[in-house]
Amino acid sequence: MRIVESFKGGVVASSLARGAITTAIAAGLFAAGTLTTQVAQAQTTLRAVMHSDLKIVDPIFTTAYITRNHGYMIYETLFTTDANGDVKPQMVDKYTVSDDKLKWTFTLRDGLVFHDGAPVTSDDVIVSLQRWGSKDATGQKLMSFIKAMTAVDAKTFEISLNSPTGLMLLALGKPSSNVPFIMPKRVAQTPGGEQIREYVGSGPFVFKVDEWKPGDKAVYVKFDKYKPRNEPPSGLAGGHVAKVDRVEWISMPEQQTAVNALVAGEIDLIEQPRHDLLPTLSKSKDVKIIDQNPLGNQYAFRFNTLHKPFDNPKIRAALYEAFNQEDFLQAVIGDPKYYKVCKAMFVCGTPLGSEEGMKDKLESNMNKAKAMLKEAGYDGTPVVLLHSTDLQVLTNLAPVAKSLMERAGFKVDMQSSDWQTVVARRAKKDPPSAGGWNAMLTSWVSADVLNPVSTSFVNASCDKANFGWPCDEQLEKLRDDFARETDPAKQKAIAQAVQNRVVNEFPTHVFLGQWYQPLAHRTNVSGVLEAPAVVLWNIEKK
Amino acid sequence: MWVYVARRIAAVIPVLLVVALIVFMMLRLTPGDPAAVIGGDSATTADIAQIRENLGLDKPMFSQFFIWIGNMLTGNFGESFFYKRPVATLIIDRIEPTLALAISTITLATLLAVPLGTLAAYRQGSWIDRGVMAFSVVSFSVPVFVTGYCLIWLLSVKLGWFPVQGYQNIAAGFGGFIHRLVLPTLALGTIYIALIARMTRTSVLEVLNEDYVRTARAKGLPEMKVVLGHALRNAAVPIVTVIGVGIALLIGGVVVTESVFNIPGLGRLTVDAVLARDYPTVQAVIMLFSVAYVLVNLVIDLLYTVLDPRIRY
Repeated sequence: MRIVESFKGGVVASSLARGAITTAIAAGLFAAGTLTTQVAQAQTTLRAVMHSDLKIVDPIFTTAYITRNHGYMIYETLFTTDANGDVKPQMVDKYTVSDDKLKWTFTLRDGLVFHDGAPVTSDDVIVSLQRWGSKDATGQKLMSFIKAMTAVDAKTFEISLNSPTGLMLLALGKPSSNVPFIMPKRVAQTPGGEQIREYVGSGPFVFKVDEWKPGDKAVYVKFDKYKPRNEPPSGLAGGHVAKVDRVEWISMPEQQTAVNALVAGEIDLIEQPRHDLLPTLSKSKDVKIIDQNPLGNQYAFRFNTLHKPFDNPKIRAALYEAFNQEDFLQAVIGDPKYYKVCKAMFVCGTPLGSEEGMKDKLESNMNKAKAMLKEAGYDGTPVVLLHSTDLQVLTNLAPVAKSLMERAGFKVDMQSSDWQTVVARRAKKDPPSAGGWNAMLTSWVSADVLNPVSTSFVNASCDKANFGWPCDEQLEKLRDDFARETDPAKQKAIAQAVQNRVVNEFPTHVFLGQWYQPLAHRTNVSGVLEAPAVVLWNIEKK
Repeated sequence: MWVYVARRIAAVIPVLLVVALIVFMMLRLTPGDPAAVIGGDSATTADIAQIRENLGLDKPMFSQFFIWIGNMLTGNFGESFFYKRPVATLIIDRIEPTLALAISTITLATLLAVPLGTLAAYRQGSWIDRGVMAFSVVSFSVPVFVTGYCLIWLLSVKLGWFPVQGYQNIAAGFGGFIHRLVLPTLALGTIYIALIARMTRTSVLEVLNEDYVRTARAKGLPEMKVVLGHALRNAAVPIVTVIGVGIALLIGGVVVTESVFNIPGLGRLTVDAVLARDYPTVQAVIMLFSVAYVLVNLVIDLLYTVLDPRIRY
């Protein structure tokens, strides 16, 4: 009987096991479709994982860098900056300035066509500049000098000024957010506070709205009618030659997945691989890691000047004694290859970058910091320090700041949350005890902080300044002086004066060093340009 | 029974209203401001206030709630704060990958786990039983993302058998569709295989000791018929319950799996929307999940009557 039971049991067992195994095999057989469609367009399609998903597609409405990069794909600008930081014409063929420097005349180059086939005209340019000037801080400053913008003919326009300014080319060639992109007049007539609903540019790529799947991918195709400049590419300037037929921005929030996909050849490029994943990437012979943005980024500690204790400039100044850049950079970036101690507010290695007067600053001289706090009358009011926990390049900054501040004698209440909560909270003017804040840390692309006008943290126009709301007439006067000045040597002197004011007398923020974000691409990809923003023209895929 | 079905469907309405209120309040009370996120780093206080006004976030909370409910009743789920697209369009674009992953996972789990659990029960104490139970314990204990990354490392990066990430619509080719679905299904499915196999084993074990099974054997019925026709059939109610619960739990699992395998489904849409404080999108997706949850439970309840004729509503 036992034998029979055992035999019957074997039949049932094998039958059930067969069912389970068959299912498993079936799954395997289906999988035997193997790698198919993904390679179909490999020769002409560049698949890039950018630093973020493309959510907002209006580069004037928002300062988000991903939207700026989208702007560079489909729009053009009148001027751009080259690899040396010099401003060069892009849509403009030639321009003249009157002897009294009050009238600028610009002529557009031949062959500029929007993606809908209409030619780019002076009217399009003027309305686009007006919209940009209503939103961007540098644009607003430039507009304060402009008396009128008039179209002379379809390709020529004039800008008349109230007084001379050294800001004209600097602003029109502004490389980072908000970039003065040129749109068709009907699109640019959208108020700056509303998002555009039509995405027509005159740049080297056309945005495929019908293929844009938010959270999945954004697709661009080469614009056949685009006529690039003849000059070789340099930074953001020169010929914007599209060398692939199609570009796909694949949204991939999980960095580990993106790294695996790059190593496996499923994507061609990661714009901003996390620093801790670089060792993994560097082990792959098919992947190359490059520093595409030599200016890098700059960390900053921002004060809220509305509330105690940072309503007192002397207490703020004590942090220039308490902090040192190395601790911050080491804690977040780690590898010295990807950071640089730089005591120049307007970035080391740039025309206005200077470390003059900074010799003893940012050296963590705690005795001096304590003495300054005592002299300033710091009464132990706790500093509510916002700590962002979900962005790897920011997470470790606040704990370092807390530690250094406590060593200097501050009381610190570090409050942790995700970045979007920090973003919402920093916009609140309420007292720290009622949901407001005293200090937070962030990072800028260096291209945004190259001069006193574009650096929004030195904007000290009270309510009109961004979060932190510093209020200082002298700083504002220096910024105005800089905007008016046309002599580069004098501009540099004014920039130096701004730095001195910010460091010694009226701190608006503390700059905490430069760091670099490498880009990783497959070795069959070449032609990535060194520029403050990742641009995908000139890139070849073999 | 149809009265029962109608009553259950009618009961969905108050459930959804409560869910709507909770979701709405949770989003509004969670720290974060979509206007500040949209404005970016250089936005001034005035810019942010303007954006809030444009989005209607400056209105009183109860007013925002009733506008939203009113719009939903007319089939308008609102427009995403960020993408400036109707939320319904975003959901339609994302529903296929999530449905595909959920169906493939539950199908695979059921097809593998029920035979394995039955086998383990039938051969209680044998190496097969111990193997199935060991697999269940391990699979149930390891988080989905760990399983996912291990599978990617082995089967994609090292062996190159499957793509690391991504999804292909079924309309673009069935081979590619299945090929890209295998790893996420395996990663997500292991937990459900473990869950269902354990429950099947326990249920079948109980039934195998019942008198009517002994009677069936005494009648000389083939062992296959005894196990499948008598034992498994009578053990089916708790198994189906677990499968139903599994489908509900799948909602959470899908979120993680879609992130690991970069599948542009509803799970990732939810995560992106929550992180960006895209209120209309989060509200609509959670309402959808709630409807799905309630409907799955209803279907399971109705299935009981098919599996066990003694159950009547």
